[in-house]
Amino acid sequence: MKSFRLVWANLRRKKIRTTLTIGSFTVALFLFGLLAAIRMGFRGGADAAGADRLDVINRVSLILPLPYAYRDRILRVPGVAAVTYASWFGGVYQTEKNFFPQFAVDKDTWFDVYSDYVVTAEGRSAFLKDRQACMVGRALAKRFGFKVGDRLPLRGTIWGGTWEFNVVDIYSGNRPEADTSGMFFRADYLEEQRSFGKGSVGWYVVKLADADDAVQVTKAIDGLFANSPFETLTQTEKAFAASFVKQMGNVELLIMTIGSVVFFTLLLVTGNTMAIAVRERSGELAVLKTVGFSDGRVLRLILAEAILIAGQGGLIGLGLAWLAIPGLSRALPMLGMLYVSPLTFVTGFALALGVGAASGLLPGIAAMRLRVVDALRRI
Amino acid sequence: MVRIDGKGDGTALVRVRSLDKKYIRGSEEIHVLQGLNLDVDAGDFVAFMGPSGSGKTTLLNLLGGLDLPTSGTITVAGDEITHLSASSLTSWRARHVGFIFQLYNLIPVLTAFQNVELPLLLTKLSKAERRRHVETALAVVGLGDRMSHYPRQLSGGQEQRVAIARAIVADPTFLLCDEPTGDLDRKSADEIMDIIDRLVKEHGKTVLMVSHDPQAAGRARVVLHLDKGVLMEAAGGKA
Repeated sequence: MKSFRLVWANLRRKKIRTTLTIGSFTVALFLFGLLAAIRMGFRGGADAAGADRLDVINRVSLILPLPYAYRDRILRVPGVAAVTYASWFGGVYQTEKNFFPQFAVDKDTWFDVYSDYVVTAEGRSAFLKDRQACMVGRALAKRFGFKVGDRLPLRGTIWGGTWEFNVVDIYSGNRPEADTSGMFFRADYLEEQRSFGKGSVGWYVVKLADADDAVQVTKAIDGLFANSPFETLTQTEKAFAASFVKQMGNVELLIMTIGSVVFFTLLLVTGNTMAIAVRERSGELAVLKTVGFSDGRVLRLILAEAILIAGQGGLIGLGLAWLAIPGLSRALPMLGMLYVSPLTFVTGFALALGVGAASGLLPGIAAMRLRVVDALRRI
Repeated sequence: MVRIDGKGDGTALVRVRSLDKKYIRGSEEIHVLQGLNLDVDAGDFVAFMGPSGSGKTTLLNLLGGLDLPTSGTITVAGDEITHLSASSLTSWRARHVGFIFQLYNLIPVLTAFQNVELPLLLTKLSKAERRRHVETALAVVGLGDRMSHYPRQLSGGQEQRVAIARAIVADPTFLLCDEPTGDLDRKSADEIMDIIDRLVKEHGKTVLMVSHDPQAAGRARVVLHLDKGVLMEAAGGKA
């Protein structure tokens, strides 16, 4: 663009004003990055949910257990390829502040059903051999410095006492946004040590032979246990994860609302700044038109200026957000590993450019409509 | 040859016929130019004088395609500009008109070089060609050594010289000067008029200039008077 030097020179004309405007984009895009990460944290389970998995919970409440005996009956339902189960443990590592999720899982089937968790063959073997074995996620291991061979004590808040575990492997996910902030240990260890609730599990996870059969398998399982003391509610893992998030309120709506308000305010602030800048420069714009700059070219100059401001602020803001997300992840461990995809960053950047362009549009149109003779008369 | 009787033979570079310009201000109709005729040949240097409000700047704006007349026609180098659309007028201005203003009207955030280069940004010239043109234009006005200076680092006379370089850099058909010495001291004004003189005599430029300054106007080959929107030959004029 031959006129880039003119656009750049105009940006440097009022350095403080330009810096502050870039700063407002920086703050907005920084916030966008953090909100996107938090949203992803809330949605993480739903996004990572397997399309071929169903979750079977107690129809009354997620926190009520289901009988262990259901396992074989579910396995016999046509369309079911495998069944595994898990229970919430709710242990405390050192202090309550060190929260992380712990699940007692079936040692034989859990990692087959959840093949999206990546474990080593040695770790898998050790998990099968050692009753006190546990697998910790990569993010959790990084958070507390856990490594294979460590002894991990937890204080039980449901079943009381101190529970000792041996870290046999650090699992990771096969996707960058996979939640690796938790810990899995053997359900038989829990079963052996707990004082009540024996013979029950928290929920079942069903792996379907064909994901297209989800509806009929769901109906079949719930029909199987209808009118029993432990009726079931079967749903796709995605729906299960989504309902889990909904328990905390409509977080997504809240985040979207905050984001929209921030961007709308940004639009008003930047639009006002651009309008002032154009008004101050009406004489110069008239000169440009006098020497032959067309209305369209003048509009493009104004838009380029606004977009350049937005682009700079957007890049800085998103860059700062990228740097801050690991810290945010540590501060909000209950959301698991916070992560923002490259696509989200691109979306944020495009949004910034869009707001920049929109903020320059009205002042740009005013500049287009500027009558040269009127503007020159005012100089 | 300059004529104001409307009887030119059609070979004039600038041909104005029955030019009228009215403004409506509130309920009042102001007749700024009335039935004005003018023929200016290529290479002529014409000065327009007259009291404030006589329509000098309005005439210059109309000749430069910055404004449209209420009625009448303006033809420049065979192109009738009074019926061109706004966008066509803009590109016509870029090709045919060089403007020099009283207050120089340079872009303060651009250097002398960049200010002069502005009209060339609208052409297809390469960067090297643009540089050559700008250096030549600045050399013509004697500012070859001030190319990287910003307007604030230049005197008024030097700023006006940069403005002249900007006006001539794209080699326009004619130059329109609106009080080019109006904001300058005598010495600087004479220097500016020397440059304009040279542009006419050595480079064959056609110049139409509005001025209140009799000394500046005296440099013109023809001095015309505008009074209440009517063009008249000045006493002792050379038309």
